[in-house]
Amino acid sequence: MARAAVSGGLRVRRTWRPAVLVERRPETTSAATLVLDVPGWPGHLAGQHVDVRLTAPDGYQAARSYSLAAPADGERIEITVQAVPDGEVSSFLVGDAASGDSMEVRGPVGGWFVWKPENSGPVLLVAGGSGVVPLMAMIRSRDATGPGTDRAPFRLIYSVRGPADRIYDHELQRRVGEDSDLDVTLIYTRTAPAGAPRPTGRISIDDLVSYGWAAELEPTCYVCGPTGFVETVANLLIFLGHDPSKIKTERFGPSGP
Amino acid sequence: MNIITRGFRGRRRDGGRQLPPGQYLTHDFPVLSAGPTPRIPLDAWEFTVTTEDGERQSWSWTDLMALPTESITADIHCVTRWSKLDTVWRGVSLDTLLENLQTEADFAMAVSYGGYTTNLPLEDLLDGKAWIAYEYDGEELAPEHGGPARLLVPHLYLWKSAKWIRGIDLMLRDSPGFWEQLGYHDYGDPWREQRYQGD
Repeated sequence: MARAAVSGGLRVRRTWRPAVLVERRPETTSAATLVLDVPGWPGHLAGQHVDVRLTAPDGYQAARSYSLAAPADGERIEITVQAVPDGEVSSFLVGDAASGDSMEVRGPVGGWFVWKPENSGPVLLVAGGSGVVPLMAMIRSRDATGPGTDRAPFRLIYSVRGPADRIYDHELQRRVGEDSDLDVTLIYTRTAPAGAPRPTGRISIDDLVSYGWAAELEPTCYVCGPTGFVETVANLLIFLGHDPSKIKTERFGPSGP
Repeated sequence: MNIITRGFRGRRRDGGRQLPPGQYLTHDFPVLSAGPTPRIPLDAWEFTVTTEDGERQSWSWTDLMALPTESITADIHCVTRWSKLDTVWRGVSLDTLLENLQTEADFAMAVSYGGYTTNLPLEDLLDGKAWIAYEYDGEELAPEHGGPARLLVPHLYLWKSAKWIRGIDLMLRDSPGFWEQLGYHDYGDPWREQRYQGD
């Protein structure tokens, strides 16, 4: 596998940096986007993540990793956090954190599950639940390359339980309306809105055939979601003839039974 | 000086046992892999040690099963910050696999089916510190956790315990593996919190 360039350099010491929360935007009832000002932020690639560390008044600390949701805007970064049951850090960030709060971040981290705007080949993004976050960063950084350039065609297949679980819904609809090279397909596993073209159910090989790219086009595939979801989708993509080396995965949460 | 986060208390659910710095306790077994899970039929599986002179020694699955096995109980620590205590494995000690080898090498590159690599000092694979593990919790090792067999080096962060292990290349000089080229630490001691290059 090829050596990849990492923003900030490979040997740069990654230090904890003070960060201030400037905005918390609810995305669903259990997910929120946090906008942070991080003085000295070195920049990042779409798909990378950050470590976030919280410190209690008595010095107790807890840290977790979260995907960056958008390209950096100078020293301003965005993460989208899904509150997980009993989540020590996520439940605080989604439910309690307020503008002006201090915390620390370290990163960017991870140089494999990344997409760069200079890559012009077709891209398939497959998201399960909050796995959409690093994929949204790719969609947004593609946009940041600006009109008039030869933009890579993107297709996003996004699996959610129901309409209330959609993150970035309005923005995705807007982008699809503005951009003929971006397709977005929602897969509803439990509850579909009225008029949805596809019956509810888990993602299937038919979905990847209908809404993805043919393997002959050699798309780069990014699959992010819970472990079972990622295992299923990656196996189906290989079955459909995609080159395993072009399937990049990021898994979260407990493994399936 | 610590930067206090207003209103944050934390759950402190880690209880009695001390964990490495920055880790939290989980009872699940999360999965971290860079790509799809490879499927390796046992009759095609092979494990090969290659010395710095190119000398090779290989074991088939049948060969591996014929070697003395050990039961291992160990705490495991993932760089994504979860730790899991008292995990139980079965496997073959690297001491057994490497005992007849002539080498001057100080370093090793673990090589996996699917192309993953990770580098370690050779001494961290010896003296009862590393195994080729093929059972977890009394069951055959599931493919998403590295089955049929993975390297197990529990005293280092878990990315050093290469899943779907295919071989070990011995090296005179250290050379970064997959995650190490992407900015992760060459050694990866969880107790010294060696997550990234420079830690």
